[in-house]
This record gives sequence, structure tokens and C-alpha cells, in this order.
Amino acid sequence: MNKTKEALARRIVSDDKVTFGFWIYLMTDCLIFASLFAVYVVQRSATAGGPSSNELFDLPFVLVETLLLLTSSFICGLMVLAAQAHRKNLVIIGLIATGLLGAGFLAMELTEFSHLISEGYGWQRSGFLTAFFTLVATHGLHISVGMLWLFVMIYRVSRVGITPATLRKLTLFSLFWHFLDVIWIFIFTIVYMIGVL
Amino acid sequence: MRRRYKIGAGIIAGLAIGVGIAMWSQTAEFQVLDAQGEVAKKQLDLLIFASTLSLFVMIPVFALVAFISLRYREGNRKVHLYRPTWDHSNVAETIWWGLPALLIGVLSVIIWTSSHDLDPYKPLVNDKKPVNVQVVALQWRWLFIYPDEKIATINHLTIPEKTPINFTITADAPMNSFWIPKLGGQVYAMNGMSTKLHLMADSTGDFNGSSVNLSGKGFSKMKFITTATSETQYKEWVKQARAAKSLDWEVYTQIAKPTEKTEKQSYKLEDAMLYDKIIEKYMPMHETSGHMKEHGE
Amino acid sequence: MLGKLSLDALPHDPIMMGGAATVVGALIFGALIVTFLKRWKWLWSEYFTSLDPKKIGVMYLIVALLMLLRGFADTLMLRAQQVLSTGDSQGILSADHFQQVFSAHGTIMIFFVAMGLIFGLINLLVPLMIGARDVAFPLLNSVSFWLYIAGVALINGSLIIGEFSAAGWLAYPPLSTLEFSPGVGVDYWIWALQISGIGSLLSGINFLVTIFKMRAPGMTLMKMPIFVWSVACSMVLVAFAFPILTATLSMLSLDRLIGTHFFTSDMGGNPMMYINLIWAWGHPEVYILILPAFGLFSEIVATFSRKRLFGYTSMVWALALITVLSFTVWLHHFFTMGAGANVNAFFGIMTAVIAIPTGIKVFNWLFTMYHGRIKFATPMKWFLGFVVTFTLGGVTGVLMSVPAIDFQVHNTLFLVAHFHNMIIGGVVFGIFAGITYWFPKIFGFKLNERLGTYAFWCWLIGFLLAFVPLYALGLMGAARRLDHYDPSMGWQGLFVVAGIGVAVLGLGMFFQVLQLVYSIWKRNENRDTTGDPWNGRTLEWSVPSPVPVYNFTHIPTVTSRDDFWETKQHPQADTRVPFEAIELPKNSGFGFAIGVLSALAGFAIIWHIFWLAGVATVAIILFVIIRTTGEHDSEIVLSAVEVEQIDAAARRKMTAGVKK
Repeated sequence: MNKTKEALARRIVSDDKVTFGFWIYLMTDCLIFASLFAVYVVQRSATAGGPSSNELFDLPFVLVETLLLLTSSFICGLMVLAAQAHRKNLVIIGLIATGLLGAGFLAMELTEFSHLISEGYGWQRSGFLTAFFTLVATHGLHISVGMLWLFVMIYRVSRVGITPATLRKLTLFSLFWHFLDVIWIFIFTIVYMIGVL
Repeated sequence: MRRRYKIGAGIIAGLAIGVGIAMWSQTAEFQVLDAQGEVAKKQLDLLIFASTLSLFVMIPVFALVAFISLRYREGNRKVHLYRPTWDHSNVAETIWWGLPALLIGVLSVIIWTSSHDLDPYKPLVNDKKPVNVQVVALQWRWLFIYPDEKIATINHLTIPEKTPINFTITADAPMNSFWIPKLGGQVYAMNGMSTKLHLMADSTGDFNGSSVNLSGKGFSKMKFITTATSETQYKEWVKQARAAKSLDWEVYTQIAKPTEKTEKQSYKLEDAMLYDKIIEKYMPMHETSGHMKEHGE
Repeated sequence: MLGKLSLDALPHDPIMMGGAATVVGALIFGALIVTFLKRWKWLWSEYFTSLDPKKIGVMYLIVALLMLLRGFADTLMLRAQQVLSTGDSQGILSADHFQQVFSAHGTIMIFFVAMGLIFGLINLLVPLMIGARDVAFPLLNSVSFWLYIAGVALINGSLIIGEFSAAGWLAYPPLSTLEFSPGVGVDYWIWALQISGIGSLLSGINFLVTIFKMRAPGMTLMKMPIFVWSVACSMVLVAFAFPILTATLSMLSLDRLIGTHFFTSDMGGNPMMYINLIWAWGHPEVYILILPAFGLFSEIVATFSRKRLFGYTSMVWALALITVLSFTVWLHHFFTMGAGANVNAFFGIMTAVIAIPTGIKVFNWLFTMYHGRIKFATPMKWFLGFVVTFTLGGVTGVLMSVPAIDFQVHNTLFLVAHFHNMIIGGVVFGIFAGITYWFPKIFGFKLNERLGTYAFWCWLIGFLLAFVPLYALGLMGAARRLDHYDPSMGWQGLFVVAGIGVAVLGLGMFFQVLQLVYSIWKRNENRDTTGDPWNGRTLEWSVPSPVPVYNFTHIPTVTSRDDFWETKQHPQADTRVPFEAIELPKNSGFGFAIGVLSALAGFAIIWHIFWLAGVATVAIILFVIIRTTGEHDSEIVLSAVEVEQIDAAARRKMTAGVKK
């Protein structure tokens, strides 16, 4: 009896470590984005004779994109609630829905990119477009990593169900996904909204 | 044994210094300490003042190190008070937070005022009309353009003494730093940008100048002599330089090609806008390369 | 298929061939020795795959010290060039090669020597000092180490295949853009730093969690050994600064790979932005190195003065203040860029202000010695040397914090002398003191004191001879990084003195190697038979030397600062607590695999072999997925009986020396 209690206590401590470590990681990632944001703000006017932000962005399109991501984040939150209630099937459905919305977001982002590139406004065009593509694509890359993680989690939940370890991983995943959501809000505001003003 | 290695070390150190001094030829001079211009002189004064101020920290620290380590060393025959748990004293700690803070406070005032007083962008004023010189760092030599005199030179700079010189500085090369130690501190030369530096020579003479920021393989060759002359000599010199071959954009593109040749040149400036054009080369609005043009406008 | 790689990438110039031959030769020699001693399996299972931070720490130290020799070989070439290359003589190196050598020297000394040594000591000491058995994430720790090794492999690989960057240790654009540096040198620089930098970042996270979550019961933050505090501050800096480096290097790399315009001089790129970003990382980096050195000295001074550290609280606040301030001074690296007077003045004042907490640390150390009973063992000699050189460096630093003075000495040898003053006199002396002090704890025997003393005097005198002339040369107007100068400047004499200084430094290193060999040979005479050879103060001295794999049989309960020392003052009856089972992480080749794949990916990108880069990256992702999803048996359990046996054996081995 005593033994299992101790083992449990140890497990909790180690969960605590992982969560704390993950928060620090998120902070460092946040700083990578902060650097890219800083660069974007500096480079915003460096259009090199090319188009500026208010000529390029299609706000309604990006708004739909944003809604997709926000919804996926919301569902991701529900998924964690389901996981805490040990509702395995609900978790899988939640993960799939999160993933589908995320995929939709990525598809829209890629559409926007390919549209810009086909217009001749690729990242090589100007300092501004360089900063724009890098910032948004870095976020997109994170979303892609998140999607990969999500697939792995679907596999894992369907194989082993909701163990304490799985629950922790799901919680961390949702942290990551919410974090990307917050970053996107900043991108939406600083890049797109201020961009079309 | 202990003594032997100390002697050995002493001999090595002594030898090294001896060799150094022996080889230190007559020509060595401390250019930074031998200020010949208003700016350099003020900078030197600051250096001396700040060094003196720092002695207020250095001397107590070195004295304390020597005193404490001798007095409290284990082998000391005279045993001094040993207080193994003494680890705090408000008075002492207040002193060494306070004293350095005070010194730094003084220094901060100096930093603030001197940064404004010696701002390289601040024009120097006296009764003479300033001479404008546009400086272009190339790979790997210096082009000096005198827009008012309508001349240009490579790797040599002639200025009238006791006259403010307004330098505007750019580069058609990796970043360089433009420095004439005897006249005053340096400023970076960057392409697509124009920085400023204001200097003045207090007397006639030849002063070394060079680039001090790594700019590629010919970096160490980017030296020039600054000659400060009397006003009449300067006018004479301008007249001579004007008789030289002419410099326009065509010629410039030849000059701007990377080279490690260091010989001096003089030109008659044909293109009054040359400096601006060199900057505009890197300016976005004038960018013509890139196939995207036809999509844009 | 092979991107830009062809046979032309092999070295042609005799000196470069010599460099390549040395690296290849050293590798073959090492491999032969291991083969001859039949130690491959031992190496693999005891070290390469070990997740024990003590073993990882030792590997860091060994590799970093080897890199110190590599970096010193660069120094010899630089000094020889500057002694010889004046007037008609062009010296021994071409301008391009000279520039590669100093770029490599700076990069190696900072990233692969100083960082390696610091992380080595952190790995060795932090878990022991906080009364823990391990770091928070042992596997991640191994990954960090192997990423560091990947960086080492790439930077040394550049000697054999291709070339290294000739753009200085921070590769300022536009010089480092494709336009002015079309070769692979800058790419080697980028990827060696990027990969090892990610390793450092992961280590930073790892040790922050270790320090904040794994301290022994009773060890509140204000009871932590001051070294642990210094590491905590340093790791906060890592976590804040290294992401900026990662982002900046990525951007520079994108400029070179896919034609973006971050830092190009045309199309709206902005090289000044790079210089800001790199120093926003670069200045904190200096403190990442120096803070742990401060911590090491704090422990050493207290131990050898046999006194409590004076002004512990002041020390902690000073560390915290330096941590915060170090992010507010980066612009002092380029006062000469033409920012306005207000901006320059602000950053100048912040720079001067940072001298206050640094200065009070010096006073606190001195007053730790005051009323002490000081034993001048070699670590303490390093400390005294440090106080002298570091104060000198600090003063020249404060001089340069005045922008108007900086205009006259920036980018000259004065600046070079200043930062070597801080890095050698501060970081390197600190690390040597630390290695000497903790050596018996790690290996079970002390280093020879006499040879250590010789080494110390050589380093101190060599340092002064090598760098005081550089201060003078700076004031004479000598720019840094000159591959050639005019004899009329009269600089040669001082360069000769500096060269002799470097030779003396070399002699110091020779004594250190000798000290190591001799001490191993005579190890039975210098055995640490008690686990506490210096009358230490912190927890690591309470366990046998060398430390058993689990560190502590029982996790100690801490009641005061310098807990072990306080316990020694009030010895209590030895109440035997029964041994218990201990869980330890199992060995894993995961870190090694990630390191190899990262080096491969880096190499492939450098040479534009994109398919290989893709394959390696996918492999890394698959490895990570497999490792993190599978339900592994990642721990082994030592039973109570085994623990008792190991403990008894460790103590027996330790006291065996007494009988002889």
C-alpha cells in the first residue's frame, strides 16, 4: 500500500517536471516568434518597390482561417475534458475534429501562399515579403508539427486508451495547440489587421 | 623549488618585455593618445578621466586582495581572529553597494553629457565654412568625394587645418568602419545608408586612417593618409586635383570592382550626384532586377 | 546527387592540409587506441549511451578541453601571422585563410570550449549540490550533449571538407551573405552553431527544471549553494537568449538558401537588424559563461577560507540583477553604427550600471576571506589570479561603456584584449579552479598541486604578456583582424611580446597535460579517502568519491546553507537508515543517434545535398515519435541490497588508499 502511494507520489512529481519543462519550452518558442515579430515590424515598410501589406491581404479570407483555428482550439479544450472523464471515443473524435480544422487552416494558408507566389510576390520579392512569409510559415510549420503529434496521439489513444501518461500527453498537446492559437491571434492582429489599415 | 620557478617565470617575463622594447622601433606611437583634433582631444580627456575614476575601484581592490590574503593566510605565524560564521554586515555591504553606485552615478552623468557633446552627428562649429567630404568604402579602398570642390580621391584625404569637416559615409562593399585615430572616433560605413562624422584637424600633418571593421579579403589594405594642410595649400591641392582625369558613373563602376590595389588616385568629379547614386544602388525603390516587375505596377 | 560537394572541397594549401591531417590523424589515433585496448564496447555502454549526468559531464569536459587545444592551435597561427606579416612579408597565411582561422578561433573558444566546459561542470555538480540523483530529463540531457558533439564534428569537419567562414565569429552581414561569401564556410558556421545552440537551449530548460523541481527536501531557494543560484540565472539567460540565436541563424541561413531578404543589402534587407539580433543573444551569452564561473569561485573561496560565504543575499541579488541587466546592454557592441546620442547614452549607462553588481561580488569574496583561515591550494590561486585580471578587464570594460571613448577603441586590439581579459581571466580561470577543486570528487584522487601551481603561474604571466601589449596596440591604432600591417607603425615589437605570452600560455597548457598524466600515474598517493578532501561545505562532499551512480543512497534533508559543513560542526550519532531501492534511467543510444543524424542533416544542408538532409530529418522525427510514444521500460531499479553493496564497495575502495 505504502509502496504504491510512493510510486504515485513520484509519478506526480515527474508529471510536474514535464509540465514545468514544457511551459519553459513554450516560453522559448514564444521568444523565437517574438524575434520574428520584431523582424516583421522592422521590415514591414521595406517593400523594395513591391506591394505593401494593404495591397496584398484579403482580410475576410484570413478571418475564416482564424475561425477555423479558434474552433479547433475550442474543440481541443473539450477533448481534454473528455480525456479527464476517460471518454476514449469522445477523445478520438475530438482529436480528429481538431485535426480536420487544423488541416483546413493549413490548406487555406497554403492557398494564400501559392496565390501570392503565383502573383509574383514570393519571399524573394522584398524584405517585407520575406518577413511575412517566414513569420506565417513558421507558425504553419508549428501547426504541421502539431498535426503530426495529433496523429500519433490518435494512434496512441486508440491503442492503449487513456492512461495517466496519455492524459498528460493530451494535456501537453492541448497546451501546445492553444499556444499556437495565441500566436496566431498576434499574427492576425499585427500582420493582417494592422496590415490592411 | 618554489623560488626557482618564480625566478624562472621572472626571467621569461623580463626577456619577453626586453625583446619587445628592443624591437619597438622609433616609429611606434600611441595614435589615440596623440590627439591632433578637437574631437580626439575631448575623447582623450574622457579616457583619462574615466581611467582615473576607475582607479578608485582598482586600488582598493588590489590593496584589499594583498592585505587580506597575507593577513589571513593559513601559514601566517601571527594568528588573526577567525570567525567562521561571520557572513553578514549591513554597514560593509551598504558601503560596497553604495560606493560603486556613486562612482557609476558620476560616470553616468559623464556618459550622458559626452554622448551628446561628442555625438559624431553633431556638426563642429567655428568661424570657417565646413568642408564636405563624402566617403565611400569600396572593396577594398576608400573613395573620397568633395562635392563642393568637384573632385574625388582614392586612398588619400586632404583637408584644410582648423576647419570643420563634415563627413557623410556610405559603402559599396561589406560594412567597414571609418577611423582617423588622431582626429577622432570611428563610424560604420554601410551600403544603402549614409552615416555622418564630424572631425577637425587642429594642426597640419599626416594622420593615419583605416577601416577597422572586417570587410573581406582585402580588409587590411584599406588604409589611407589624411593630410591636413594650410588653407592656401589646400586650395592649391584642389586645383591640382581638378586637373586629373574625370570621374563619372561609368568610371565609378570600374573603380568599384573589388581590388587590392592601394595606389592613390585623384579625379575631377563629373557627376555631382555620384554619392547619392551609390546609395540608391541599394535602395529598394530603384531596384530594377527581378522578374516580378511586370506584375507589380 | 552530391550537391556542391566535389573533390575540390579537399584542402590543397599545405597549412590547410596540415590541419586536415591533424584532425584525421587524431581521430584515427584515438580509434586505434580504443581498438587496441578493446574498449569500444565499454565506451559505448559506459559513456556514449550513459544517461548519468556525471558521465555526460566528464565527456563534455574531455571534448571541450580537446577543443581548447584546437582553438589554441588557431591562436598560434594568428600570433605567428601577426608577428611575421609586416612590410614585404605576407606571413604564413593568406588573408582569406587568416580570416578563417580567427573566425574559427572565436567560434570554437566560445561555443565549444567555454560552453562545453560550463555545461560539463553544471552536469557534474548541480544534481549533487541540490541533493538529487539525476537531472530532470536524463534522455534530453544526452540529446543535448550529442547535439553539441554534432556541432563539434561540423566545425572540425570544415577543416577536412571545404572551408570555414571568413566573416568573423559573429558573421556580420552583408559580408556573410551569399553576395560576399559564396562558399560553404558561412554555412558550416551557421549549422555548427545552430545544432549545438539547440542543444544548449534544451540543456537550459533541463537544468531550470532540475533546479526548481528536484532540490532535496528543506533546500529552499535561499538555502541553495550559490553555484546553483548562478547556474539558475545562467540557464534563465540560456532560455531567453538562445531562441533569439536560433531565429537569427535560421534567417541568415534562409537568406543564403532560398533567397530571402532579411539581411541582404538590397531588396529591403537590413543588415543592421542582424547585428542587433545577434548581440541581443551575444551579450547575455557572455553572462551565461561568466555567472557559473562566479558561482564556482564563490564555493571555492568559502571552502578555502573555511568560512561562510559573505553576503549570500547580496550575491543572489547581484546575480539576479546581472541576469536582468544583461538584456539591456547589447547596443554597446555597436555604438559606432550611428544611433542617436540618446540611444548611445542609454546603453552606455546601462553598461556601466552592470558593473555595480559585478563589483560587489568581488568585495563579497574578499570579505569572505576576511577573518578566515585561508589555505592557498591551487583553486584559490586561480581565484586570486582571477580577481586581478578580472578587475583589470572590468575597468577597461567600463571605459568602453562611455560611447565617446568607445569610438576610439572599438574594433581595435584594445577591445580584443578586453574581452579576452573577461573570458580568460574570468571564465577560463574559474573553470580551471573548478576542475581542480572538484576533480577528486569525480575521479577519486586529487590533481598534483605543484604542477598545478606551475600551470597557474604560466597562465597568469602568459595572459598578461599576451594581452597587455594588445591594449597598448589598440591605443596605437591597430585594428583587430589585420592579416598584414605596415612596418612604419612600429607594432611588431609588441606583437612579438604577445607571441611570447602565447608561448607561455602554451607552456601552462603543457603543465596541465603533464599534471593530468602525472596525477593519474600517481593516483594512489593522492587518493581522496574521505570523500571530503578539502573540508567542503556543500552536499556533494558528503558522498564517497568517486560518486556512485545514484549519487545519494538516501536523499538528504537540508536544514541550512552549507548543510554539510554545518552537519560536520555538530556531529550526531550515526543513525543507520535502511537502504532502499533506487530507480535510475536505463542507458540509451537515442541521444547518440539524434546527434549523428543532426550532424548528417547539417552537413547535407551545407553542401546542398537536399535529399540527404530530408532523409536525416525524417529519421530524426521518426526516432522522436517512436521514443516518445512507446511504453518503454526506461528505468532500471537497483534493489536495496544492491545499493548497500555498491555503497560498501565505494567506501571500501575509497579507504583502501589509507592502508597502502
